[in-house]
Amino acid sequence: MSDNTAIAHGAHDAPGDTHSGGHEAHPAYLRHHFENVEQQADAAGFAMWLFLLTEIMFFGGLFTAYLIYRNWYYPAFVAASHQLDIFWGTLNTAVLITSSFTMAMGVWCAETRKQKGLVLSLVLTFILGLGFLGIKTVEYKEKIEKHHVPGFHYSLQSFINPQSDAKIHEEYPNDQPLATDMARHTEVYFSLYFAMTGMHALHMIIGIAILGFMIYRAQAGAYTAGHVTFVENFGLYWHFVDIVWIFLFPLLYLISRHQ
Amino acid sequence: MTDQKEMEEAQHHVVSPMIYIIVGSILLVLTGVTVWASFQEWGNFNAVAALAIACVKAVIVVLFFMHVKYSSKLTKLTVFAGIFTFLALISMTLSDYISRAWGRW
Amino acid sequence: MSATIINLPDQSTARIPKVNYLTKENGLLSWLLTGDHKRIAILYLVSITFFFFIGGAMAGLIRLELLTPSTDLMATDTYNKVFTMHGVVMIFLFLVPSVPATLGNFFIPMMIGAKDLALPKINLLSWYLYIAAGIMIIYTMATGGVDTGWTFTTPLSTHYVNTNVLTTGLGVFIAGFSSIFTGLNFIVTIHKMRAPGMTWFRLPLFVWAHYAASILMVLGTPVLAIAIVLVALERTIGIGVFDPTKGGDPILFQHLFWFYSHPAVYIMILPGFGVISETISTFSRKRVFGYTAVAFSSVAIAVFGFFVWAHHMFIMGVSNYAVLVFSLLTMLVAVPSAIKIFNWTFTLYKGSITFETPMLYTFGFMGLFTIGGLTGVFLGASGTDIHLTETYFIVAHFHFVMVGGMLMAFLAGIHFWWPKMTGRMYPEKISQLAAVVTFIGFNFTFFPQFILGTLGMPRRYASYPPEFQVLNVFSTAGATILGVGYLLPILYLTWSLKYGEIAGDNPWQATGLEWQTQSPPLTENFLVTPIMDHEAYDYEWLEKQKEKEVTSVG
Repeated sequence: MSDNTAIAHGAHDAPGDTHSGGHEAHPAYLRHHFENVEQQADAAGFAMWLFLLTEIMFFGGLFTAYLIYRNWYYPAFVAASHQLDIFWGTLNTAVLITSSFTMAMGVWCAETRKQKGLVLSLVLTFILGLGFLGIKTVEYKEKIEKHHVPGFHYSLQSFINPQSDAKIHEEYPNDQPLATDMARHTEVYFSLYFAMTGMHALHMIIGIAILGFMIYRAQAGAYTAGHVTFVENFGLYWHFVDIVWIFLFPLLYLISRHQ
Repeated sequence: MTDQKEMEEAQHHVVSPMIYIIVGSILLVLTGVTVWASFQEWGNFNAVAALAIACVKAVIVVLFFMHVKYSSKLTKLTVFAGIFTFLALISMTLSDYISRAWGRW
Repeated sequence: MSATIINLPDQSTARIPKVNYLTKENGLLSWLLTGDHKRIAILYLVSITFFFFIGGAMAGLIRLELLTPSTDLMATDTYNKVFTMHGVVMIFLFLVPSVPATLGNFFIPMMIGAKDLALPKINLLSWYLYIAAGIMIIYTMATGGVDTGWTFTTPLSTHYVNTNVLTTGLGVFIAGFSSIFTGLNFIVTIHKMRAPGMTWFRLPLFVWAHYAASILMVLGTPVLAIAIVLVALERTIGIGVFDPTKGGDPILFQHLFWFYSHPAVYIMILPGFGVISETISTFSRKRVFGYTAVAFSSVAIAVFGFFVWAHHMFIMGVSNYAVLVFSLLTMLVAVPSAIKIFNWTFTLYKGSITFETPMLYTFGFMGLFTIGGLTGVFLGASGTDIHLTETYFIVAHFHFVMVGGMLMAFLAGIHFWWPKMTGRMYPEKISQLAAVVTFIGFNFTFFPQFILGTLGMPRRYASYPPEFQVLNVFSTAGATILGVGYLLPILYLTWSLKYGEIAGDNPWQATGLEWQTQSPPLTENFLVTPIMDHEAYDYEWLEKQKEKEVTSVG
């Protein structure tokens, strides 16, 4: 065989014999278009990063919209942001950061082949993820009750007449009533709030569903036999979702809280 | 091939749990800091501080939780490309909005 | 034109190899569940052709309506729907996937010496997403269409029309993900699966071009996705991001939309550039002049292409400073494209030029893309753009680059690689005729539109002042000829599947790893991983190969 390119003139591959030619044993999970498992894992990791790039750009459009309208309608954004409960927001941030920690521990357990540790880490991440969504539900419920959902009988009362909103007014007694047109711009804030946190929550839901699948597979020992790619790459996804929240939290909750 | 060696290095390097504990704690502390900072009267600087803290948090998540510090040059380049394009979108779009207020010429 | 480089095996003894990717497995499921990049490419080829003819039918209707100044063939609203569907189908279902999903899918693994793309299942998913998008868009057409123009400009699309914006938007969203996954696959493959010895600078320029286009697909398409999501939210629950009455800005949509759609035009053309590099080299028997410049200019187009999008918005209400900056940047982005044209021209100089069909399409490309590109520079200058935008000048400009450029490049590529994909040659004379007919028809159709534009005829209008009728009639006549030119390849290429001459491994005597395999190739492409030890477009190496080649069975 010359060491120039192989010329394959109608050569026949013996049917069904895919391991001919002195092929040494390789893991079952090695796909045949890869030379070795390192190449496969490397390619999979790189592919995951590229997918995360698409996610960065996807959220990027929303952040652009947010920055523009915050610039234009700052007073409305301040008033609307005060409607969010900083306690829940901070707690959610802590929950998500902890879930990132447990996920990273899960990856470590997979790499060091600790099956029980892996399952525990994934279960904790799963529970924390659900916790995040639970808190989000509480927050959304409050918004719905106060008619702060754009397009669904949106109410300007809390902004035109802050005293009508007792709880918030107690926290922010110096908040002035907004003029009607500026008050109407709070609807833009809430549009972005629901679009951004909603999109984020959707990504959490997908992540939690995949976590459920992974817990089931981890119990069967799928990830602690040397093939950690799935867990590692899911970890990347989970951390990315965490990073989105790391930016959403100050941008949505912490606008001018000082009084 | 250095590409090959980098790739193997990146795959075999196992980040120790201690790093995760430290990074996780820093993240929680910074969360507290950012909430505290939002209650301070710094005027325009409030927004800058909040974003700066968020950026620091994001960077340590990327470097340590996502292992980019221990990854190949290609991975680092990929992350950079994403951030670069994201910033291009935001800055060039904002440049239109900001310059509208400057009037005709 | 009797000189030719075509080198076919002796037809009396030649046979299509019995085992190849087409015959390896049989049955519908073996196609629908395939991981083989070559089969997926063929699936794409068939579906893209189908959608091309739907878009073409829409084009026919447009030209028919424009034969007369008044709206006598269809109502104005219907006309709006027809040109919208023409745009949506042609751009998202034809041009964006055309070369990458067919020729790119088929040949990138082979050109780099790999057995398949890095992510075969994602590749198949990409095709299914494409089909889902296509079905959604056909459904939209069947249930009343959408009339906003393919650009979905707000607030028209969010507040003022009752048509199927949502379903079309959803179809485009899904098509976008198809595109993202294709691009993602290519980037991973090109980085991680090159054969030993295949360094970046030994890659065929076709691969470089697809690499650049893939970067655009991955980074740009998600912004289109979010723009569509926001339009959907605006239409359904009225969130107000684009609604001036609620404090929103309609121009924000345009920023997000064009942030993708300008790179999209480079996504569409860069793979065509890749094809041209291959054909121009093969049919001049010469390596591409300035390989490094052509390679880097592809990447430069991708990078600069992200910074010029607002040149589609000069008259929309962006600030004057933004107009200034984007206009300057647009001048810059034309430079890498021009570098390529110069390099290809220098490739021709002192080359051994022959005029097989792919080369005819290539020459057509060179001339028409240059005109299209130059008129793009006219439009990039904001002063002229203010007068020419939203007229037929724009229509002519983008059809010159997309149809005169990209579609010609696509046809060049199909003809060039047809023998490799199918093992058969198409009939040369009729294909050359079709290329010439296409070129003539194209010029008759679209050149008058430049004049119409400078005279002031607006685009997207079903009726126009009677003094524009002569040029419009010319244009429609040209469109008829163009239609014939596009129909012919369907006929003779299909014919060639059964009756074409056996092509052999390398009928064009081209360099490139794909030509070192049988036609049609084996499912695994190479029995042994090739080792790349020569530069790209190395015709001396090819000569040495031929000396070693066994041409007959003893």
